[in-house]
Amino acid sequence: MVGSSSSWSTALVKISPYTFASIGIAISIGVSVLGAAWGIYITGSSLIGAAIKAPRITSKNLISVIFCEAVAIYGVIVAIILQTKLESVPSSRIYDPESLRAGYAIFASGIIVGFANLVCGLCVGIIGSSCALSDAQNSSLFVKILVIEIFGSALGLFGVIVGIIMSAQATWPSKG
Amino acid sequence: MYGFEALTFNVHGGYLEAIVRGYRSGLLTAADYNNLCQCESLEDIKMHLSATEYGPYLQNEPSPLHTTTIVEKCTLKLVDEYKQMLCQATEPLSTFLEYITYGHMIDNVVLIVTGTLHERDVQELLEKCHPLGMFDSIATLAVAQNMRELYRLVLVDTPLAPYFSECITSEDLDDMNIEIMRNTLYKAYLEDFYRFCQKLGGATSEIMSDILAFEADRRAVNITINSIGTELTRDDRRKLYSNFGLLYPYGHEELAISEDIDQVRGVMEKYPPYQSIFSKLSYGESQMLDKAFYEEEVKRLCLSFEQQFHYGVFFAYMRLREQEIRNLMWISECVAQNQKSRVHDSVVFIF
Repeated sequence: MVGSSSSWSTALVKISPYTFASIGIAISIGVSVLGAAWGIYITGSSLIGAAIKAPRITSKNLISVIFCEAVAIYGVIVAIILQTKLESVPSSRIYDPESLRAGYAIFASGIIVGFANLVCGLCVGIIGSSCALSDAQNSSLFVKILVIEIFGSALGLFGVIVGIIMSAQATWPSKG
Repeated sequence: MYGFEALTFNVHGGYLEAIVRGYRSGLLTAADYNNLCQCESLEDIKMHLSATEYGPYLQNEPSPLHTTTIVEKCTLKLVDEYKQMLCQATEPLSTFLEYITYGHMIDNVVLIVTGTLHERDVQELLEKCHPLGMFDSIATLAVAQNMRELYRLVLVDTPLAPYFSECITSEDLDDMNIEIMRNTLYKAYLEDFYRFCQKLGGATSEIMSDILAFEADRRAVNITINSIGTELTRDDRRKLYSNFGLLYPYGHEELAISEDIDQVRGVMEKYPPYQSIFSKLSYGESQMLDKAFYEEEVKRLCLSFEQQFHYGVFFAYMRLREQEIRNLMWISECVAQNQKSRVHDSVVFIF
């Protein structure tokens, strides 16, 4: 065992790796959806107001909302992948280093995906709001601002890629 | 926190900001003004305006048309748009929108009091009041004899009440006192508005501070120029200047002792933003000063639209519409009086 029996490191190590893994899965879906929802309301409120004067912008600017929605979908996909990585180990082996490693890997993967999607959703939402307002005034601006949004939504994708790589090494000790 | 307004502004203000930006796209452009300036009669003006957003407001007017009717209907459009925004707004945007109208309230109060002094009919005066500045007990203003009564009877229930603390005297109202009252009220209003914007913080306070500081400085210059040669003492003049703005406090000291326009020009040229305004005027000329100030104001108001997620766009839109109505009034008057050569003297293009 690491350290003496009443130090912080012992306390951390004694938390079951399943706790960490489950929290990771919760964060991955929960915080991603938070980011997506935040972005959608930022874009949506501006889009509705601007479309009163310029109704032509509605169909094109739904792309911004779709980009924000994609962020939530990334979170769901990663959460499903992560939960398939959860396996049962016999209780004698719960605190093996390999178990701990698997638990922490799933936790980290969840945090990576969750927070990357949070800021990505925010970014795409704010740009989408400005895009709707600019498009209402001058329709040639839409495509140019869309390029900025595409770069913004790539951030979520980076998070998903790293998260999946992290979770790929989450191997629990085999039984026996 | 400044810089992060984008995260939470749209919860309460996103829809209205988008609406006000939509309204802004309906402002008349230089092409519209060129068409209007070439009109031969008020009927032509009505025809050109019916192609713009003013169409529904003017189409039912019978000919012959008067310039006052055109101005009244255009103002009605502004009032409608303002009321639509106000009824959808939540705090603090609703308070902000209400602050925009207090200036008109002050103008209406002074209009009625002056009119009563000159023995005009109350109903006639009420029709001339600006609709944005109306409040419930406005007709009772005609009854008051001095400022204390004015305050006690009518104004204590209005939002203008806190601005009266500095000018309650028992003197009877006459023309000079009324002008001083108007300027004192407006000074208190500007300072209150400035403090409110500072409290809002963020991009709103930065943009509104700039616009309000320009307003305060412009009023200081106008007060100085209008009081040259009158019996207003230097101390009284000094008391009418607001305590914020680029000219505060040293410019105010110098303006208070100026006795003619060239001295005012000397004071203002020390401040780079105003130097460009005064350099457009040749020596001894003050008629173009108004137009130069309006142009500078319009420039700053248009710049406020460049940033998103703040309340300055609402103020800027109201002011730009008012400028447009002033332009329309000038053009209509020139056309009605057949003075088309002077049309470009006072029209400020917004775009």
